[in-house]
Amino acid sequence: MSANAGPQGSPAPLEPPVPTQKPIKTTGLHIGEAEPGCAKVDPILVVDNVRRTFGGLTAVDVAHVEVPRGAITALIGPNGAGKTTLFNLLTGFDKPDDGKWTFDGRSLAGVPAYRVARMGQIRTFQLTKALGLLTVMDNMLLGAKGQTGENMFRALMPFLWRNQEEENRAKALDLLTRFKLDTKKDDYAASLSGGQRKLLEMARALMSDPTLVMLDEPMAGVNPALTQSLLDHILNLKSQGMTVLFVEHDMHMVRHIADWVIVMAEGKVVAEGDPHEVMKNPAVIDAYLGQHHDEDIGEDLGAETENVSAIKELLDDER
Amino acid sequence: MDWGAIFSNAAVELISPTTAAYALAALGLAVHFGYTGLLNFGQAGFMALGAYGYAISILTFGFPVWGAFLVGVGASVVFALILGIPTLRLRADYLAIVTIAAAEIVRLLFTTNTFASVTGSANGLSGYKNEFAALNPLAEGSYGFGPFENNAYDTWLRIVAWSIVILAALLVWQVMRSPWGRVIKGIREDEDAVRALGKNVYAYKMQSLIFGGVLGTIAGMIFALPRAVVPSNYQTTLTFFIYAILLLGGAATVLGPIIGSMIFWVLLSFFSGFVARAVEAGWLPFMTAIQGGQLRFILVGVAIMLIVIFRPQGIFGNKKELAFVR
Ligand SMILES: Nc1ncnc2c1ncn2[C@@H]1O[C@H](COP(=O)(O)OP(=O)(O)OP(=O)(O)O)[C@@H](O)[C@H]1O
Ligand SMILES: [Mg+2]
Repeated sequence: MSANAGPQGSPAPLEPPVPTQKPIKTTGLHIGEAEPGCAKVDPILVVDNVRRTFGGLTAVDVAHVEVPRGAITALIGPNGAGKTTLFNLLTGFDKPDDGKWTFDGRSLAGVPAYRVARMGQIRTFQLTKALGLLTVMDNMLLGAKGQTGENMFRALMPFLWRNQEEENRAKALDLLTRFKLDTKKDDYAASLSGGQRKLLEMARALMSDPTLVMLDEPMAGVNPALTQSLLDHILNLKSQGMTVLFVEHDMHMVRHIADWVIVMAEGKVVAEGDPHEVMKNPAVIDAYLGQHHDEDIGEDLGAETENVSAIKELLDDER
Repeated sequence: MDWGAIFSNAAVELISPTTAAYALAALGLAVHFGYTGLLNFGQAGFMALGAYGYAISILTFGFPVWGAFLVGVGASVVFALILGIPTLRLRADYLAIVTIAAAEIVRLLFTTNTFASVTGSANGLSGYKNEFAALNPLAEGSYGFGPFENNAYDTWLRIVAWSIVILAALLVWQVMRSPWGRVIKGIREDEDAVRALGKNVYAYKMQSLIFGGVLGTIAGMIFALPRAVVPSNYQTTLTFFIYAILLLGGAATVLGPIIGSMIFWVLLSFFSGFVARAVEAGWLPFMTAIQGGQLRFILVGVAIMLIVIFRPQGIFGNKKELAFVR
């Protein structure tokens, strides 16, 4: 599996990276200028003219965007930019007004959500969906693909699926250990904390060995001590050959692990690029602070300090 | 006061075919509501299809018992498809509205005079028992002991009815502990999450609707064998009694519906015997015998309320689950 597209594609390390290790960035992903909708060397997801309106509001209106294979791409943008809506559209959970998109060269327009998932494009939800009255282990087992015992008639004959079940169980336990949830495996998922549910949802998504993992705010509500290990998990996915597309508001995290950043505002892709370059793009600052931020400065002291700190965070160099 | 008669009449209900029928119908609802989260308020409709499918097949078409059985099952599969195709893609409450209406439509179709020659309209159907009785391997005579003593036909009926209940319970138990059951329970918790994991939720919901509906239909046949098929038996109240049994026993359990049905019928018989004799003995001077007949339902209602208040997860439900009820 040659996953990394860039010339400096990272050699797949067998061990998960230690927290202190600096992530190896994949570069050389795009062709030509790093501008909105620019072509990628090896795109896994190609979106064309996807539009979704809610009444008079245009939530998503993406002319063209490509997500590079084998890299970690961050999708950022202010609240209400349309990131979650775009996720829903791309995974079949919502229907666009029009537009088409392909995953791995196959058109996904009109494909139901469960088929999208079976093709290897797995998502998580911004509002976590743990299956509360199932145990953590059962949550994990649900994620496994191609289970013989999920057919109603074969379910009656345990000898047909017992071995597969044991294999899945071992795999689930391995993933749970990596996400530090193994001690909780027999508890109801409803008993987990919010952050633990985020972890469970991510671990569950990995049970199916996806090609593209789409994470909607994986860090929201996760304790900072755990953030680092989650970052490692995500980096680890890349080294295993998976492609990651994630939505995140935490700029430090974006800078830290993303190989590529796509910026959305008011439904459109307004900027793309390398995480360090893109933050300096005026379109991004506009997107976060509003078009008329120059005029606003000085008018309202509270807003000003907020803006200043936001800009500071955006321009903050990597520590 | 003849307490002996009251208790022995109540004990009769413990293994009566009607108790078995209600247990089986409640087991079907456990599949729908307890395990899958489908709000089926039309279980009476499934039962009516079983009863009429069986009776009409024998009386009008002269089918053998197994043929009549298959007709009833087939009718309920078609009924489940008609209910499920338009509604299972929608929110859960739509199924509730559609099933309650569809069950009433079924009952009214069997009541209307238009088809009286086949359905017997409001008078219903009878005289379809000989075929089933002919299969009885038991010799003439009396079987059992005490309140459980019955003639050969009634014993045969009880054996068949409870064998079916046990078989169905084993079937439900087995599928619910399989990966299929895991998907089904996942759908109850959050169907979008299950969809995101690559499961065809719509197909699973349809399978569940058919499975539970067929159990309801077979229950309808068992229910019809000790009596006549009368349309007024299949009103919405029947569905509500079955829901009461389900909640009494525990919604997502296998034993719950069965024990729940036993408790329900024993209590009902006990109160009805008690109230009738209390009125006779003049203990309740403000009440006529007819009012007494209604009082038993009130008393059963109170008893069920007490159980639900003090044991809300049902008799067999898992107490731990309750800590997380949303
Ligand atoms: N079901 C809906 N009905 C009406 N409007 C909606 C719906 N879903 C989203 N919207 C609107 O679409 C816009 C984009 O919403 P979306 O959830 O995609 O934003 P987002 O970029 O994910 O924001 P956040 O960072 O806060 O999660 C918002 O203005 C929102 O109000
Ligand atoms: Mg969002």
